[in-house]
Amino acid sequence: MTVPIQCAPDETFVLNLGPQHPATHGVLRVKLTMDGEYVVKAEPVLGYIHRMHEKMAESGTFAQFMGNTPRMDYLSALSYNQGYVMAVERAAGIQVPERAEYIRTITVELNRISSHLLWFGAFVLDLGGFTPLLYAFDDREKILDLLEHVTGSRLTYCYYRFGGVYNDIDDDFITGTRAFIKRLRSRLPSQYHDLVTGNIILIKRLKDIGIISQEICRKYGATGPVLRGSGIKYDVRRNEPYSIYPELKFDIPCYKECDSMARYMVRMDEIEQSLRIIEQALDKLPGGPVQAKVPKTLKPAAVDCYANVEAARGSFGCRLVCDGDKGPYRLKLRSPTYSNLSLFGEVAEGMLLADALAFMGSLDLVIPEIDR
Amino acid sequence: METSIWRPILFLVGIMAFAGVNAAWLGWCERKGAGHIQRRIGPKEVGPYGLWQPLADGIKLMTKQLLVPQGVDGILFRVAPVLMMIPAITSMVAIPFSEGLQARAIDLSVLLIFALASIGMMAILLGGWASNNKYSLISAARSVSQNIAYEIPMLITVITIVMVSGSMNMEEIAKDQMGGFWHWNIFRVENGTFLYMWISFLIFFICSVAETNRAPFDMAEAESELVAGHMTEYSSMGFGLFMMGEYLNIVVGACLTTVLFLGGWDCPLGLLPGVWWFLLKIYILIFSFIWIRWTYPRTQIYKLLNLSWKVLIPFSLVNLLVTAVFLKVF
Repeated sequence: MTVPIQCAPDETFVLNLGPQHPATHGVLRVKLTMDGEYVVKAEPVLGYIHRMHEKMAESGTFAQFMGNTPRMDYLSALSYNQGYVMAVERAAGIQVPERAEYIRTITVELNRISSHLLWFGAFVLDLGGFTPLLYAFDDREKILDLLEHVTGSRLTYCYYRFGGVYNDIDDDFITGTRAFIKRLRSRLPSQYHDLVTGNIILIKRLKDIGIISQEICRKYGATGPVLRGSGIKYDVRRNEPYSIYPELKFDIPCYKECDSMARYMVRMDEIEQSLRIIEQALDKLPGGPVQAKVPKTLKPAAVDCYANVEAARGSFGCRLVCDGDKGPYRLKLRSPTYSNLSLFGEVAEGMLLADALAFMGSLDLVIPEIDR
Repeated sequence: METSIWRPILFLVGIMAFAGVNAAWLGWCERKGAGHIQRRIGPKEVGPYGLWQPLADGIKLMTKQLLVPQGVDGILFRVAPVLMMIPAITSMVAIPFSEGLQARAIDLSVLLIFALASIGMMAILLGGWASNNKYSLISAARSVSQNIAYEIPMLITVITIVMVSGSMNMEEIAKDQMGGFWHWNIFRVENGTFLYMWISFLIFFICSVAETNRAPFDMAEAESELVAGHMTEYSSMGFGLFMMGEYLNIVVGACLTTVLFLGGWDCPLGLLPGVWWFLLKIYILIFSFIWIRWTYPRTQIYKLLNLSWKVLIPFSLVNLLVTAVFLKVF
């Protein structure tokens, strides 16, 4: 249990955590006011890798911004592809072929698993366990190989196109994906749950640490596993269905404990649910084209539309305002980690340094996506 | 024999060589062991199986500059790494590797080793304090509270051993356990009753993991929290000495465990006792240290202290009482 500070400390000092620190996974700086090992005040300082993605969108055409989307959250790049593509398709009124929607779902769920696997490794690394990281990378490697086979890149995918996908999937990909599902299902109980989830040290580090109440979630707009770990069953794939998700059977993992362990369990369960989704989508995969007929230069009428997808870290929103020109008049991106990090300062107050860092790891931060 | 000048010189050279080789190649063992545990190869480029990696690392560390940042306490900053190494090497003087294979037969050798081990903790404290870095300072404070907490149960279990063996001389304690594994202190039977010495062994082993600052108790060097803890500001051989001192402490801890609980140089079946059994035992123990480090996540400082004060100390005290009762009453 975190012991709250009873009285105002006599003497505090400021600890600059970052921008270069092993636990911040990137260039995040957190200004911690400390009383001994207790955090009195935590203030995330952002902006170290701000690249003005939104401005870039305004100055180019619709297609030119495609390459920027995977550079926001490089760990679940396809969700960001999908969010942007969906917004443009809504603006231009493009109908996506069914096969393309299925391929999008399969690849985006594979990407979600790879993102969660990397988070798992990095999180256990934050807690001082080095080995599970490499076991997770072993499985993640298989996903990267599969996705490289269809998309041509391993990390910053730019696979989706307005009205479809860039490349059709082949039998190699389908058999490879089925083999991967079998492999991960056999490894999840032994290499992940037996080794890590059941570990007494891990449980003691995570149980009742970093409790995010539902009020705080609402206050800061937390989404994704952070929200579902606090007992709110909200998932964009279910609550605002898009693509082919209404046709598929899957559960939304949700834990009421609100602590770091709940968020851990949500993500581990989501890996299993994503496997279910991929399996069903592969079974139902229809034939047909993967790309609708779309004019080379898109010129949608002046509209204002919004697309929302469930990325690995929460809901990613794209608000697109068009003025009838070749590019967006304004593109507002709503990234989940930005909101999820915002609550760090309030929750981390009174925590021990080690717990605060474990809590930060449980939020699953990707810094380029916060700064955009 | 005692008056001859050659014996101390030979032992001095021998111990320095043993310490040096261990400090260097245990780093290789750890990296190779970690590699195989993590399904990768580990060092492989320098020499066969990467065996010359420690030499390459050593040359690299020695040719680098020892940076002394502005605002540090210069003298303490330079003294601390040396203070880490010296007690670790010195405590090897008292360790009996085999019958007669001991640099100096000291009557209170157990006490000497514990006294020297406490100096090693001072090195972390001084290094962390002198670095003038907040992470180092937190690390220093953590390691002091950790070492105090874990020395108590460790010493209580040692008292149990001393009571059973009736001696504080390491050689006597080892000789007392000759003749097969059923004579070892870990399975000790006294007056027809089985003493639960394996509990003492377990407590002692956990404490030695904590005393040597190894994962899952590596509070002082928690790299994901404190960057590198007390070593953050050290470069070149300053850092190298800390690392070597850490490995030597592990060797000393393993030697101590072997002598106190595992029969020293005795063969498990009572055949051919000798120094090879001693070495085999300490390397098995060291491997288990490595194995534990690469398996478990790190605990948290308050949980660590709770484990010591609320679990290990009561258990070791009860164990001490029970052993005393069995020894004296029955």
